[in-house]
Amino acid sequence: MKRALGILIVIMVLSCSKDDTSVSKYVPTPLALEIPSLFEQKIISPVIPFNNPQTIQGVALGKKLFFDTILSADHSQSCASCHAPETAFTDASQFSGGIDGDFGNRNSMPIFNLAWNYDEKFFWDGRVFSLEHQALQPVENPIEMHNTWEQVVDDLQAHSEYPNLFQLAFGTTTISSELATKAIAQFERTLISGNSKFDKHLLGTATLTPQELNGFNVFMDETKGDCFHCHGSDNNPLWTDNVFHNNGLDAVFTDIGLGEVSGDPADNGKFKTPSLRNLLFTAPYMHDGRFNTIDEVINHYSEGLQNSPTIDPLMKKVAEGGVHITTQEKADLKAFLLTLSDHEFINNLAFQN
Amino acid sequence: MRKIIAIIVLSVLVLTSCIEEDVPGLQNTSVSLNFKHDWDGTNVSNTDFNSIQYFNENNDELSIEKLRYLISNVTFHKSNGETIVVEGYNLVDVTNDENLTYVLPDQIQVGTYSNVSFTFGFDNTDNIHGAYTDLNSASWDVPGMLGGGYHFMQLEGKFINNVASDQGYQYHTIRAVDNTDPMNLVFQDTFFTVNLGEVIVHNNSSVDVKMNIAEWFKSPHQWNLNDSNSMLMSDFNAQIKMYDNGQNAFSLGTVN
Repeated sequence: MKRALGILIVIMVLSCSKDDTSVSKYVPTPLALEIPSLFEQKIISPVIPFNNPQTIQGVALGKKLFFDTILSADHSQSCASCHAPETAFTDASQFSGGIDGDFGNRNSMPIFNLAWNYDEKFFWDGRVFSLEHQALQPVENPIEMHNTWEQVVDDLQAHSEYPNLFQLAFGTTTISSELATKAIAQFERTLISGNSKFDKHLLGTATLTPQELNGFNVFMDETKGDCFHCHGSDNNPLWTDNVFHNNGLDAVFTDIGLGEVSGDPADNGKFKTPSLRNLLFTAPYMHDGRFNTIDEVINHYSEGLQNSPTIDPLMKKVAEGGVHITTQEKADLKAFLLTLSDHEFINNLAFQN
Repeated sequence: MRKIIAIIVLSVLVLTSCIEEDVPGLQNTSVSLNFKHDWDGTNVSNTDFNSIQYFNENNDELSIEKLRYLISNVTFHKSNGETIVVEGYNLVDVTNDENLTYVLPDQIQVGTYSNVSFTFGFDNTDNIHGAYTDLNSASWDVPGMLGGGYHFMQLEGKFINNVASDQGYQYHTIRAVDNTDPMNLVFQDTFFTVNLGEVIVHNNSSVDVKMNIAEWFKSPHQWNLNDSNSMLMSDFNAQIKMYDNGQNAFSLGTVN
């Protein structure tokens, strides 16, 4: 009788178990993203792929790869060559030079808060889905690192440290482009900027000057800057909608942006809205780096708009060149925009080589 | 004997301990709302966007480039006066073909309802500034200087203006606000109840909700885009006219 009862209890316990008991295998240490409290309060959770969870070892490997010139064909450039911490992970050039001295036609994009790019469309033209896939491209781009992933994998595999680091991050010493880009993506997801003066103002730990507050009002006023429809607000700390717009840069396009990717002429001249965080560090501006200063950017929206068939309806008064805000309003708007600078972010040692 | 009883009890426990879901009640079912769009009877989807092809009542020729709107608190009304309110909201995004089907979060009793209604936008209880992380993430909020809360609709595109040029319009609806005195905002409610009429709910019912986009420009106010095309959020009178015109925009479609 006791035996029958024992068997029943064992059956009960086993019958509710959803997972098979598996042989213990190596599992890297999970690492939660350090999400700013304002982000927690205001916006939905970041995107972390189920097949690439954040781990201490994965992020460490990704960081090493990000700063390692081994990714380029002549071992002269790393990701950080064009995405440096001190410039909020972009660079100061209009167009970045590749290993052969060639230049592209797009400005290097800053890297922060990418885990909140909910649609996961990356690059100025949104041509790649997912951060992992994004990381594949610069290595093989002939005007950037001009390498092949086969070569990179061979070099990493022959390296004295990398096989062990991949073992720690992914439980295998067999290196692949998939695992390398997973690691880089993990590191990039840790690059979170959420501690600007304006963030502190919203949290009640900093006070804006009257000019900065006036600038915020210009930003939010539909009849003046009307920046908030595309660039976030005090309720959206990303300061971008991560959507593609034609913001009236050109009457005739030399680069059609999203239109090249989608094949839809209605998308010609559309580029991703960049975040307004860290503008202090990320000049020059726009997808082609045509504006060297924030003043030039503001002037463009105020009186420099160019009409074209795909210009966004939000680019108001394009026939008059823009909404024509006053000199004082421009100065106030700039003062506000600079409150979005996150000095802690660019000085964070965890993000540096 | 006690041992036999113990075995029987344990056996029952074994058989029942892993059942995670209740057997669904026969009288309750899932209901979904499908949002369909037309221009005076001609179907409209995002594949029709970006082309100037529609004429409004004022004979302005226009395109649609963006259409998003919010509905909330779907309510089922019984003939005996009882109502079943399904708390929640849905941001219909025609531009990106998202949330065109809204599966109600609550199960609804099968049967005949004298009316099904919903709120266009948010009522004042729900229109809480910054309260909804998904709507904040969708850049759907309204500036605090206009009273905060959220947009009800964003309809954007281009029209051919009276000098034969393409011009953008932004037909954004929010709670009407007179901000003449920024320190003393004066509001007028512009959310409204859409009554779809009688609906018979079957198992897994699917209810089509139709929006005739042309109605927003039609009646009672014949909308002239040359006069009102931009910066309408802070235009109190424009918001009231939008509210009036929206009353006839929605209707009940097919129910399955």
